[in-house]
Amino acid sequence: MTAAAGDPNLIDEAVVARVLSQALKTGGEFAEVFAEDRRGSTLGLDDGRIEDISSGHDRGAGIRVVAGNTTGFAHTADLSERGLLKAAEAASAAARSGGGGTREVALSRRQPASPSRVEVLPAGVGKDRKVELLHKADAAARAAGGSVRQVNAFYRDSRRQVLVASSEGVLASDDQVRAQFRVTVVASGDAGMQTGAESVGATMGFELFDRHDVEELARSAARRSLRKLQARPAPSGTMPVVIKCGSGGVLFHEACGHGLEADHIAKAVSVFAGKVGEQVAAPSVTLVDDGTMSHEWGAVAIDDEGRPTSRNVLIQDGVLTDYMWDWLRARQQDKDVSANGRRQSYQHLPMVRMTNTYLLNGGDSPDEIVRQTRHGVYVAQLGGGQVNTATGDFVFGMTEAYMIEDGQLTDPIRDANLIGNGPQVLRDIDALGDDFAMGWPGTCGKQGQGVPVGMGQPTLRVRGLTIGGTAR
Amino acid sequence: MSELLEVAARVAGWARDGEDVEVYVSRGTETEVRAYEGEVESLSSATSAGAGIRVVRGGRQGFAYAGALDEEVLAETLAEARDNASFSSAEAWVGLPEPDGARPVVLDLWREELAGYPTAGKVNAALDLERAVRAADPRVRQVESANWGDVCSEKALASSLGVQASDRSTACYLSAVAVAGEGAQSQVASGFSVGRAPSELDSAKAAGDAVSRAVRLLGATKPPSAHLPVVFEPRVSAQLTSLLGSVLSGERVLKGTSLFADRLGEQVAAPGVTLMDDPTIPDAWRAASFDDEGLACRPNTMIEGGVLRAYLYDSTSARRASTFSTASAVRAGYKSAPGVGSRAVYLVPGELSANEVLAGLGEGLLVQSLSGLHSGVNPVSGDFSVGAEGLLFRGGELSTPVREITIASSIQRMLQGVTTVGNDLQWLPSSAAGVTLAISEMSMSGA
Repeated sequence: MTAAAGDPNLIDEAVVARVLSQALKTGGEFAEVFAEDRRGSTLGLDDGRIEDISSGHDRGAGIRVVAGNTTGFAHTADLSERGLLKAAEAASAAARSGGGGTREVALSRRQPASPSRVEVLPAGVGKDRKVELLHKADAAARAAGGSVRQVNAFYRDSRRQVLVASSEGVLASDDQVRAQFRVTVVASGDAGMQTGAESVGATMGFELFDRHDVEELARSAARRSLRKLQARPAPSGTMPVVIKCGSGGVLFHEACGHGLEADHIAKAVSVFAGKVGEQVAAPSVTLVDDGTMSHEWGAVAIDDEGRPTSRNVLIQDGVLTDYMWDWLRARQQDKDVSANGRRQSYQHLPMVRMTNTYLLNGGDSPDEIVRQTRHGVYVAQLGGGQVNTATGDFVFGMTEAYMIEDGQLTDPIRDANLIGNGPQVLRDIDALGDDFAMGWPGTCGKQGQGVPVGMGQPTLRVRGLTIGGTAR
Repeated sequence: MSELLEVAARVAGWARDGEDVEVYVSRGTETEVRAYEGEVESLSSATSAGAGIRVVRGGRQGFAYAGALDEEVLAETLAEARDNASFSSAEAWVGLPEPDGARPVVLDLWREELAGYPTAGKVNAALDLERAVRAADPRVRQVESANWGDVCSEKALASSLGVQASDRSTACYLSAVAVAGEGAQSQVASGFSVGRAPSELDSAKAAGDAVSRAVRLLGATKPPSAHLPVVFEPRVSAQLTSLLGSVLSGERVLKGTSLFADRLGEQVAAPGVTLMDDPTIPDAWRAASFDDEGLACRPNTMIEGGVLRAYLYDSTSARRASTFSTASAVRAGYKSAPGVGSRAVYLVPGELSANEVLAGLGEGLLVQSLSGLHSGVNPVSGDFSVGAEGLLFRGGELSTPVREITIASSIQRMLQGVTTVGNDLQWLPSSAAGVTLAISEMSMSGA
């Protein structure tokens, strides 16, 4: 089957049109209905046992009405016409504009094909097979070495069917199926405990596990934890940092991605405000946000405002070309939407969000980048990050890293955060590999809302980043 | 019996022979107002409700939730939880709690004043807050956000073993993020005020904190790396205290992934450190009469005079450890099964004010905010490395603001290195309270 068709029956089209009319009855220039049906299941193995099996179902609609500069929003779990009309009235009252009148809403369906074909719906796969994946991972990790002390494995699948309709005539739906697997291994040695992890996730069905061997992922996580038992304290101070391909897209997500979101720009709380057309990064840097990237974690046919996603170039050869836009910010600045309006659920207002954000290949050989680094740090896996868009300062954690001494990788180092300043780091990229890869599935948090995002980059070197270690 | 408790008890009554069923239902009405440039940017208001159901049969547990309370939905959810239980591992210690006879502390966490507060009042509060931030200082360049938020929530829990509990509470807040600027530099900081009713909110404090904290960072530079004493402001220390609460989970200890495992009775912290979790303190943001398995909340002392005294347990981990639940089951709403957690962790305050703490140390770094806590603190190894902003102090007086630095150590060394716990305990909108906290030495990485 394919996931392109969505569930057009989430709400009847005629009902949607009546609800939108009702929402605009007391004024307002724009009304939108976002309906969602989400089912998911998670299974967790810890300490050799299947401890958590959980499934959930949420269904409802969020309605927003925009009058002038004010957005009114209400949501309901009642998808009947009565429930929706009540929510429409509440949203309309919240937007509390004067005037009013009757407006007919004409909807025209524009249905882009999903970028991600789904072969096996996870909901149709027996729970025993999911349990088996977790046990296999547990056994493989424990077999990797006698120092392995604990294994945590986690499986999650979700299916999110959405329908968006607005008074501008937008009518579109999407069926988003995701599967995810993560394993964390704890090893114990003379110097205490260390952790290692692996994670895969894709916008696809259970066939994810035809492409990824959970035993191999578990062994890889175990090797990480075991290597770190010999880790020395991370250095403290500023030095060159080489980041392995596919491990550190979060660097760009934090260093400039958030700063290129049009809501931060509109409020002038981004260091990239007013910089379109300027050279903001090394000439080798081309940065793209691309919701159409097949099967990637942030891939969707439409954004949560019903617009078909696209491939948007944000930085071209180091020059800032455009920001990311949602409906509200594009309208305020008279721009075209870039289909970056996303929301966590029907209970949330959409805002500008990234999808899959990645840096294109450069021309350097990854091995050569390491060889030409006299003294620095090689990061094989990054963890999460955080940015202050107003100052551009951002941090991200390294969960597997090594010293580089005289062009060679040497000792593993303990976990630490790195800190840098976005605009400075973009200019300081002085080597860019030709080995592009996407990285782990991510959940991006902004104003309390989490959405799935993808990230990727080739191996690269930053001339100077501050490593937050403890070594003297 | 509250209406929600009736729903929970009725569904728990659907338990079949040989199985135990626990039903947690919650309902909340939330309003959020965002002000921007003298106008309402957005106003959201809605009620949502849902149920989370646990089924245990033969030592196997399953869980399911749904975002609705319709009879049909509840029946489906119970069936799904039942099915999930059949696939999990069987263990003798897995099970729902029996009523333990502990008398709950009655807390009055509901304010009719908020439940009946008009929307116009909320809108005006947000608009006034934004205006106050803009007017507070000529260096304020922008108000990134000025928000009102409130929630009136009810929850109820019933199990086929006879546990029944219900509770309701109100909460509201004002929060602002100010951007101050001078020349090419901008600095950002937040301020907030929280309460259970509008009359408990202090808008001037929310605005004043956001502005003064942003302004005092202006001119911040990246200092050279150093090892130095570090003082955490109360809202920062609350983040650390909250972390300690999770590391002291008895479940982690049982699984061998707590850095505090096998250390009961040992001196794990400086003698001035006493750490408690007490959800029965009404000022605590997550104060509660019952934990999320329906047992009466009680004060728990985890570290006393630096000596590790106890871990926190929910009923399952307690049974496995052959001890009693400390009523420390928490859930992230109806969508999550209960797990071990804390609600109101705090360091028992000492005698010195924040200024006296600084004066006593002479020089060091005062930290006003941290970043990257989720990526920079490893709760298994204890490695600690996070981004920070703040001010250096010399001769006990604040001097140079600093940015783009990290501070690093390990949880173990930081606890041993606590030199002073201040006297300025404050409950914050989190699972912890903050207090000025001084650590003898950490690594600061900068230029």
